[in-house]
Amino acid sequence: MSIIVDENTRVVVQGITGKEGSFHAQQMIEYGTRVVAGVTPGKGGQKFNDTVPVFNTMEEAVRETGANVSVVFVPPAFAPDAIYEAADAGIETVVCITEGIPAMDMVKVYNYLQKTSTRLIGPNCPGVISPGKCKVGIMPGFIHREGTVGIISRSGTLTYEAVDQITKMGLGQSTCIGIGGDPVIGTRFIDALKLFKEDDETEAVVLIGEIGGTAEEEAAAWIKEHFNKPVVAFIAGQTAPPGKRMGHAGAIISGGKGTAAEKMKALRDAGITVVESPAVIGRTVAEVLGK
Amino acid sequence: MNIHEHQAKEILRKYGVAVPRGQVAFTPEEAREAAESLGGDVFVVKAQIHAGGRGKAGGVKLAKSPEEVQELAAQMLGSKLVTHQTGPEGKVVQRVLIEEGVDIARELYLGIVLDRSVSKLVIMASTEGGVEIEKVAEEHPEAIFKEYVDPEIGLQPFQARRLAFKLGLTGNQVKNGVKFILALYRAYVESDASLAEINPLVVTGSGDVLALDAKMNFDDNALYRHPEIAEMRDTNEEDPLEVEASKYHLNYIKLDGNVGCMVNGAGLAMATMDIIKLAGGMPANFLDVGGGASVETVRNGFQILLSDPNVKAVLVNIFGGIVRCDRVARGIIEAAKSIDIRVPMVIRLAGTNAEEAAELLKNSGMNFEVASSLEEAAQKVVRLIQ
Repeated sequence: MSIIVDENTRVVVQGITGKEGSFHAQQMIEYGTRVVAGVTPGKGGQKFNDTVPVFNTMEEAVRETGANVSVVFVPPAFAPDAIYEAADAGIETVVCITEGIPAMDMVKVYNYLQKTSTRLIGPNCPGVISPGKCKVGIMPGFIHREGTVGIISRSGTLTYEAVDQITKMGLGQSTCIGIGGDPVIGTRFIDALKLFKEDDETEAVVLIGEIGGTAEEEAAAWIKEHFNKPVVAFIAGQTAPPGKRMGHAGAIISGGKGTAAEKMKALRDAGITVVESPAVIGRTVAEVLGK
Repeated sequence: MNIHEHQAKEILRKYGVAVPRGQVAFTPEEAREAAESLGGDVFVVKAQIHAGGRGKAGGVKLAKSPEEVQELAAQMLGSKLVTHQTGPEGKVVQRVLIEEGVDIARELYLGIVLDRSVSKLVIMASTEGGVEIEKVAEEHPEAIFKEYVDPEIGLQPFQARRLAFKLGLTGNQVKNGVKFILALYRAYVESDASLAEINPLVVTGSGDVLALDAKMNFDDNALYRHPEIAEMRDTNEEDPLEVEASKYHLNYIKLDGNVGCMVNGAGLAMATMDIIKLAGGMPANFLDVGGGASVETVRNGFQILLSDPNVKAVLVNIFGGIVRCDRVARGIIEAAKSIDIRVPMVIRLAGTNAEEAAELLKNSGMNFEVASSLEEAAQKVVRLIQ
């Protein structure tokens, strides 16, 4: 098993004719993802790479192809509209790769989606991959390997680093979710942990957090109460100064809150294995799994 | 993005938030003229820097005449103000705000911020004005009143009333307080703020409710739709290297250490800083050159981080996923040849074609040390500075 995406997932790419959208649609297809449709308003009727039909609207794309997961590659000013359109079309999971969406727009999107059955992953994230089955996003597929470690991360390349270490230890991943580096995101650590809890194949979870907000502290409290599988955590930004936005819109220590030290303490207090060095994530996962 | 108090008050005034009358001045003469045009017999001279704690540091002073305003402005302008938020190096005062004196009856607190754990705006009010809200939250959490906003309907008048009554406002003050809170909310939402803090919010002897101080921050992602706010940026308040880096759209933040680092991706960049420290060094900067790490960004990145005289060695850590490492390596070699690199450099490229990239770097004739793992890279670079 795996969570969110698997071999039956039917993907529609929103913004498939754009530079990013077309490049990554091709990469996903090469990985083996079933990309069944693309949407670009005004370009309906075209075919992407002579095979994937392009539609004007999400409604049409879903009706004609049975797509159930969408991935958004449209610019920040138009991304909220794309997410609303996906939800309206009944998409189960929207993966929003777009970076730079204003926070006030995302507050509206998030609260609107609570009233629908659509799950949002991101924005400002690398996407989701269930190795060997389906890749919906921009991560390099080849570093992954099918296995039993679930990964939830606020980062992009740091996740690849962790995945690479885990794969090199001879282990693999069930599903890797990049939840995104923004202050308002659709799927939080706890939401993803709930899914991993129910997934028999996932034996352990790696949680990669960073400075800013209190999502890691909330996850720690939830894990203590509800999660029995081993968790290995790393928090990026132990040396980050307060008041500075460290690249990600959500990575900022403000009012003395959101430091790596606080998060690491909360996670340790919940019985979670916290590593100080990003270089030992793979090794530590192998240890907790006794492999 | 941060702005000055006088700019925040200008924005708030436009939305009908009550603020004291005032005027910004860049010279002592302008300060006197501002006081003369304000009239009255009490004035406040406020140093404008992007940091809190100005009052305690001597950056807020009372004056009884336009002449005294000029004297105080002359003392403040060009001087360094050191507050608990500026760090020991302080900040040079380059502008002052001259305001009318206000008859203060009560000092309260009002703030708006995004509560990330519920993804909603929260209005926070407290009777403990003039004190840092974090301190109040720690010592007297019961003294903070909160109202969460449903983004679909926005802040409702009943919520503002509830806050006004909890703050102990009475009679005319309630009406003024409600108007103030609703106007502040509108200013926040319509300008895409990321923080609005009125501390203190004052009730005057005559029952007016107004913002004695005002701090506003804005969402960088939304500045594209607020050019008038983007123009308020004061680069004098920022680190010169950070200003330079922003011209190239690079995410660069200067730190105090001596190991420069260049990384693709924000999370990996922070993790690289962390591992440098664990290996016994101190990072000189945060620098994210983006997922692709093109020749152009790598060259600009080198130029920025080598402009920092504290940098004694550089660590380049790139995880090449979609972008191939051999291409990144060629980019690094090309960039390094075009600029004068006077410090040793450790390069670690991981991912697609990493071995080929390592060969290219080793055979480049440049002074590169190549590392294959994150740990090895950190240890090598720290050894170079010892």
